[in-house]
Parts: sequence; C-alpha cells; structure tokens
Amino acid sequence: MAALIPDVVEDALVIVEPPSRRRWPRLRVWRAVVLFIAGAYFLIPIYAGLRFSFENDAGHLSLYAVKAIPSEPGFSAAFWLSMRLAVVTLALTLVLMVPTSVYVHLKFPRLRRLLDFVTILPIVIPPIVLILGVLRAAPLWLRASPYLLSLVYVILSMPFVYRSLDAGLSAIDLKTLVEASRSLGGNWLNTLWRVVVPNLRSALLSATVLTLALVLGEFTMASLDLWTTLPVWIYQFQQVDAHVSTAVSMVSLVGTWLLITLIVSLDRSQSRRARRRTKNS
Amino acid sequence: MTSATSDDPSSVSGPGATAPAAGGADVAVRRRRRSLGRALAPVAAMAPFSIYSFLGLGVPILAVIYYAFQSEQGKPTLSNLALVTHGSYLLGFENSIVLALITSIVPGILGLILAYAIATSRSTLLKRLVATASGVLANFGGINLTFMFIATLGSTGILTAWLSAIHLNPWNFGFNLYSFYGVVLVYLYFQVPLMVLVITPALGGLRPSWREAAENMGASSWRYWRYVGIPVLMPSVLGGMLLLFGSGFAAYATAETLTAGTVTLAPIQIGSLLAGNQLAGQENVGYAVGLGMFVVLALTMILYGLVRRRASKWLR
Amino acid sequence: MTELADATRTTEPAPAGARVGLEGLVRTYGATRALDGFSLAIEPGEFVALLGPSGCGKTTALRVLAGFEQLDSGRVTVDGRDVGKISAQHRDMGMVFQSYSLFPNMNALNNVAFGLRMRHQHAAQRRQKAGELLELVGLSDQAQKYPHQMSGGQQQRVALARALAIEPRVLLLDEPLSALDAKVRAELRDQIRQLQQRLAITTVFVTHDQEEALSMADRVCVMSAGRAEQTATPATLYSRPTTPFVAEFVGVSSRVPVEPVNDTVTLFGESCRVRPSDAGVPTGEVDALLRPEDVTVTLDATAKPFVTHKSFLGAITRVIVQVDGVAVRADVRSDVAADIELGARVRLAVVSRDVLVARRAPARPAPTD
Repeated sequence: MAALIPDVVEDALVIVEPPSRRRWPRLRVWRAVVLFIAGAYFLIPIYAGLRFSFENDAGHLSLYAVKAIPSEPGFSAAFWLSMRLAVVTLALTLVLMVPTSVYVHLKFPRLRRLLDFVTILPIVIPPIVLILGVLRAAPLWLRASPYLLSLVYVILSMPFVYRSLDAGLSAIDLKTLVEASRSLGGNWLNTLWRVVVPNLRSALLSATVLTLALVLGEFTMASLDLWTTLPVWIYQFQQVDAHVSTAVSMVSLVGTWLLITLIVSLDRSQSRRARRRTKNS
Repeated sequence: MTSATSDDPSSVSGPGATAPAAGGADVAVRRRRRSLGRALAPVAAMAPFSIYSFLGLGVPILAVIYYAFQSEQGKPTLSNLALVTHGSYLLGFENSIVLALITSIVPGILGLILAYAIATSRSTLLKRLVATASGVLANFGGINLTFMFIATLGSTGILTAWLSAIHLNPWNFGFNLYSFYGVVLVYLYFQVPLMVLVITPALGGLRPSWREAAENMGASSWRYWRYVGIPVLMPSVLGGMLLLFGSGFAAYATAETLTAGTVTLAPIQIGSLLAGNQLAGQENVGYAVGLGMFVVLALTMILYGLVRRRASKWLR
Repeated sequence: MTELADATRTTEPAPAGARVGLEGLVRTYGATRALDGFSLAIEPGEFVALLGPSGCGKTTALRVLAGFEQLDSGRVTVDGRDVGKISAQHRDMGMVFQSYSLFPNMNALNNVAFGLRMRHQHAAQRRQKAGELLELVGLSDQAQKYPHQMSGGQQQRVALARALAIEPRVLLLDEPLSALDAKVRAELRDQIRQLQQRLAITTVFVTHDQEEALSMADRVCVMSAGRAEQTATPATLYSRPTTPFVAEFVGVSSRVPVEPVNDTVTLFGESCRVRPSDAGVPTGEVDALLRPEDVTVTLDATAKPFVTHKSFLGAITRVIVQVDGVAVRADVRSDVAADIELGARVRLAVVSRDVLVARRAPARPAPTD
C-alpha cells in the first residue's frame, strides 16, 4: 500500500464558496421602512442646519452668514486655538498610546485587561466631573495655559484611540510580524516604525479622526476652563447672530465629515492597491 | 582552535589566551545587563501611560472625592453629601437618572433594530456609509447638535413649519424643544448611532451556522431568535444600553446649550456651581454632586463589565 | 408507482437511512457556476464523501441538499420524493458544520436536546435522549459544560450528537474535521465512521482532504468545477481513475510525455495500452499519468535516468528519477531504496500494462482560487 501524500491539501484550505441565504421580501420592506425613518431623523436636522446657515433674517436664501464667518470678531482666534489644541492632543495621544498598546499586545497580553479598564474610565467619569477635579488639582501655571485642555483631551480620547488600536492589533498577527522583523535584524524602533505602524494604518487613521473630531467639538471642558475654543465661540456668538453661529457649526461639521471621508477613502484605495500588488506578484 | 593558537608561540600570550576569559566575562556582564533590562523593560514601557493616566485621571478623581468631604474651612465634613441628597440636588440626580434611563432603553432598542437592518443587508456601500456615519454621529453632541435641532424643531424651525402647514405644529400640542423631553429627543441623535456602533460587532458575531443549525433541527425563524439569537445577543444589548445610560447620564454640553441650563440635571448643576453660582459656605457642594455622579456611573460600569464578560465568551 | 413505494416506506420505518438523489443540480452566483449539472445517487445507509478542491461546489451541493441554497435547476430527492419545496426546517437532515456551530448560550446537553425541543418532546424525554447521545459520543461527563469551556474536538462531538439527536434521514457533514488538529482529527474520523456504520444512516461528507475521504467513505465523489468527475469506491478511485483530474487530485501522479499510436503508447521502452477515459481519448500532445507505485526502479549503471531526490516515508521510500528532463516519482521498498544513492543510474519500468493518458497541461490542475 502506498502512503497517500496529501499534496493538494494546502491548495484547498480556504473555502471560497460564498455563503448565501434566501432573501425574504418581507425583510426587505421592513428594512426599507427602518432605513427611511432613520434617514429622516438623521438627515432632516442636518438639512435644517444647512438651510438656516444659508438664510438671512428675512428667511431668504443668502450667503451672507457664510461669507461673514472669517471677519466676525473672535472667530479666527477661536479657530486657531482649536486647531493648536487638536494637533497637540493628537501628537500626545499617539506617542502615548501606540507604543503602549503594541507593547502590551506583544509582551504582556495579560495587561490588556488593565488597559481595557483604564481606558474605559474616561467614559465612566463624565467630562464635567473630570474637569471639576482637574481645575482643582492642576497647578496654577498649568491652569493658566490653554494646553491644559490638550492634556485632558488626551485622557478623553483614550477610549476611542485604544479601542481602535486594540482592534487593529488584534487583526494582524503582530507577534509573527515583529519576530520576523527582529530576526531580520530590525531593532525595536525600526520594527515599530517600519513594520507595526504601516500595518496599523487603518487603526491609526480612525484613531486620528476620532481624536480630531473630539477635540474640535468639545464644549464642556473648554467652556468651564474659560477658553474660547471654536465650539465655545459658536455658542457665545449665538446672541449676536444665530445664522452665523449655525453656519460656523455646519461648516465645521461638514468639514469634519469631508476630512473623514477623504482619509477613509484614501486608506481604502491604498489598501486596495496593496492588495492588487500582492495578487500580481 | 585552542591547539592551533598554542602551536603559534607569538599568539599564546596575546589575544588568544585572554580572549576566552574576557569574552566570558563580557558575556556574563551582558547577560546580567540584559536580564536587568528585561526585568525593567515592562516597567519602563508602561511608565508613560501609567503616570499619565494617574495624573490625568487618578488625581482629579481623588481631588473630587477629597473635596466632597471637605468643608470650606478645610475640615472633614459630611454636610456636602447631606446637601446633595436633598432638595434640588436630589431632584437633579433623579432627573438625570430618568433621562439616562429613557435615553438608554429607547435608543437601545431603536439602535438594535437599525443595526440589524443594516447587518442583514447585502449592500456593502450601505454598511460602510452607516459605519462611518455612526462613528461621526455617536461622538456628536453639544453645540452643533443644538443648533441643528433649533433649526429643525425650534419655534421657527423647518420641521415645525412643515408640520404647522398641516396643522400639526408640535408647539401647539405642548411640545417644547428647550425642555426635558426636548433634551431626550436630541439625545437620541447620538445615542442611536452609539448603540449601532456597539451592537454591530455582536450582530456580526452571530454565526450564520447557528441559524442554519437551528433551522436544520426544525426551528422556525422565530424560535431561532427565541432560543438562540436573543439569548446570545442579550449580554451585548444590555452592555450597549448600560453604555448609553452612562453617556446619557454624563452628557452636559447638549443639555446646557439647548436649555441654557434651565433643566435640573446633575451635570448642569455642577457646571453652574463651577461657573460661580454658589451660595456662600457651599463652595464644595459641586464636588459632592460630582462624587454622586461618579458613584452612579461606577455602578453602571461594573454591571457593564459583568455583562461584557459573558458576551465576549459567547461571541468570539 | 413511486407514490405507492413512498406509502409503504412511510408506514414501515426503513431500517436503513434514506435514499438520496441529486439530479442535474445547477446553482450560479452571478457569473460563477458553483454547481454545473451535478448528479449523484446515494444508497440508503451509504457513506459518500464529496471530495474536491475549494470552489469545486462540494459545499454548495451539501447546502442544497440541506435546503440552505436554492437551485437554479435540478432536482433533489429523498426516498424518491422531490424535497425542493421543503424548507431546511422540515427536511430532517442533521448537519455538522465546519466551524463549531454549538449555541454558545446552552450547555452541551441543551445543545443536543435543541432539536428535540423543536419537536415538542417532553423535557424529561429529551434530557434522557440527549444524555444517551452524549454517551454515544463519549462525552457524558461534559453534559453541563458550555461550548466555550470545551475543546474543538469535544465541540464537534457534541455537534455530531446534536445532529444525530433528531434521528435525521440524512447526516450532512461539512468539513467537520478541518478545524481540528491532526490527532483529534484522526480520532474523530474513526468515531464518525463507527457511529455511521452502527446507525446505518445515510451520510454525505464534504472534505478537501483525500486521505479523510478515502479512509472513511463507502464511495467518494470527486468534484471539479461544479460537476462530478468520478464517483467510485476509494480503491477504484485510486487504482482506476477515469479522468486525468481524478488521477492527479487523488494520490500522486507523474506526467510523462508519450506519443500514442492507435491505442498503445511506449513507456520506458515497453508498450502499454491506453486506458479508456471518461474524457475520451485525447489528441495532440499527451502525457501518461503514472502512480508512484506503478513504477519500478532497478539499478543499472548503463541507463540514462538518474535519481534526483529520495524521501523516506516509512515502509516505502519515494524516489524521484529524472528521465529525459521529466521528473518521475516511484515508490520503492525502503530496504531496497537504501542501496539507491542520489545520482544513481536506474532503469524504470511500469507495473501495469494499461495507463491513463491526458492532454498535456502547462501545470498541474490543482486550482487555487
């Protein structure tokens, strides 16, 4: 009897037959109704906000509010303050969270639970309570600086950033990647920068987007710390001209969305290209 | 190797003789250094995160707890706590809990339905769109949201205008956007997407083979849900609702900007106290309210941790 | 006639499992034809394996039989009755899935009892039955364990017990072993086979592992591109493949270029008859397909072929011999092979006097995706 050598097995390990299910027309109608109601609830306020931004007091379509934004008193100061805070927050967050998450995933998987716990605390602790404590505990020189807000925003963004990094790290075979790089002579910094980070690109992107959105929209802490960031300015300016306030709010909203869409689609086309490349080779 | 060097007299006293010893010592030192490094590496690697978290989270929380038990004169006291468990502060807590309950259960159910509608759809475009939109909307709140809703359902809002055109102006039926129920309506706008975000992975964790196995053994669609689908999803749904509870309970910006601080909610009371609206002798009462909020949320999250543990076992 | 036969069958319970007919099944997903006129007849109590590379349609065929997939055309019959209109829920087929499909919210006992619950059996009755089945698969002591507390092998055994609990007319196994490690896989393989023989239940087993298929099944149906290539007993399939695909997919074959004259070809200086193939006699450039054990190797310093590789496989050693630029695999008893060194000149001969030929292919047809 000859031994049977399963030469072919490795060719056939992946099942590619698509799992398909029957579709019930009932389900489709039901889905359409749900999506319609959800669409209306989520889109009408956006439409209303946009409409209000492009209206003058008489209720006629007008670009005056949008045009007036840059020249309104205090706007550009508030805008640039928000931008600076966003950049500082983002840099701090990534420098703090990326090496830590990678290290824990790689060397101390048991610490993941601890990290899970710590990074969920900012959700448990309401921003309003946190800023209450921060304003009481922070030294005076720090309280005098707007960057105190950045330091706190890092804490606020931890849940989102850690969770997307954690998901990204779980999705790749980090251990093998790192061991491969190390065995090929890469040092830790090289490995982190050239092997881990590129493989975490989507996770990093979503962490970035979430952090930026958080900082640019944060109102509670900024208003209580008495810094006129963009959201605080919008709120205050409402008394002067609600159309302009709404216009700024909608522009910042649309801007954030465009940014997200842009980053996500860039990432997608890049990964698609990468996939095509691996397929060709 | 050794014999080769000893054959050559010139090299005997040279590096050939000393190299092994020196090399050995070198290796030993390096090994010791490495083992020390290995022991310290985790500490060093975790230090930045740990220190930052302690300073940014631990210290402020400890400060809140500490000052909740301090009188203005710096003496330990329970009077702050006594104050917040009575009267208007108690009402603030009650209202906040009711608000959080409503805005966790209702959006919890709506979000589940929406997430299921999307998860069972085949359109990847729709899935992507909703995933992105949910991510954006779940973190949405505060001033932008307030303005959008004022433009929609404020007394001169667009939807108000549409509805009054068919004689259904909600303001004529007792609706007031700048009230407690206005806040509920607005909170749905970020709570539903948050639920969608939280529950979608759980829906994805429902394996098609469970459904097929159930069907195979004679279960109707309804009985599959009754015995498998709903029980399996239950921990995740509860977990999601607890998260919504926390988010609804803690939210400040939306309620503050929408009602200009006129609804009695615990976070708004803190904000008002922090802004200097406090009676003499009650300067530390804000910390007691903060402590109260912290306790409610800590309980919520302990529950959340428990149900999540079960969910992660089931939906791997 | 058939109605009468059905009637008699339903009045007296059939001792063996059901007879299953798959006739001209066609299932397309967009442009791909997952099933392209697939037919197979399964005898009552028979264990049939569907073997093929991924994407050959074997899983689709099984899912069609289970009622999870709709057909574009074709007919599925169980005991002569068309079951196309019957939903999966009412087909009475027990299925074991590749991924452990135990319900995570139920312990082993309740998982096994689930089908009985759906059949409205009393609690005490279903507990007893489920207990018996767990005993059958050797897991009585695990009855209270939840799936996440069990190993993969244990989970699959519970899944098997669960599928058997409803006393299905047909047992469907969808690569049940492929997620398990080698040792557990071998154990479970024997256990499934023994149980199947004991219960005499008609069984369809989908696998891409030829060793599994050949060692377990009464008959093996090799599939390719949505069609049945050959359906035969494992021995026949291995020794008398009727198509080149089967010859190369099952076991190992070496391709040696030959020039057919009428119905004969010359191989290593000897004349061999061309075995008729289902695919017809190919024309143009053809290769002979040779099993390693059909080729003998003799040391001969004057011969041109020489040994390039040797791999020890236990009782036998496989040597690869270079003949006119073609690699030919041959199995040699290991004690004999000890004398054959790498580079040694050898003479080759064929044992069997008829060979299968196939049109010359640029590469082996093992499909990837």
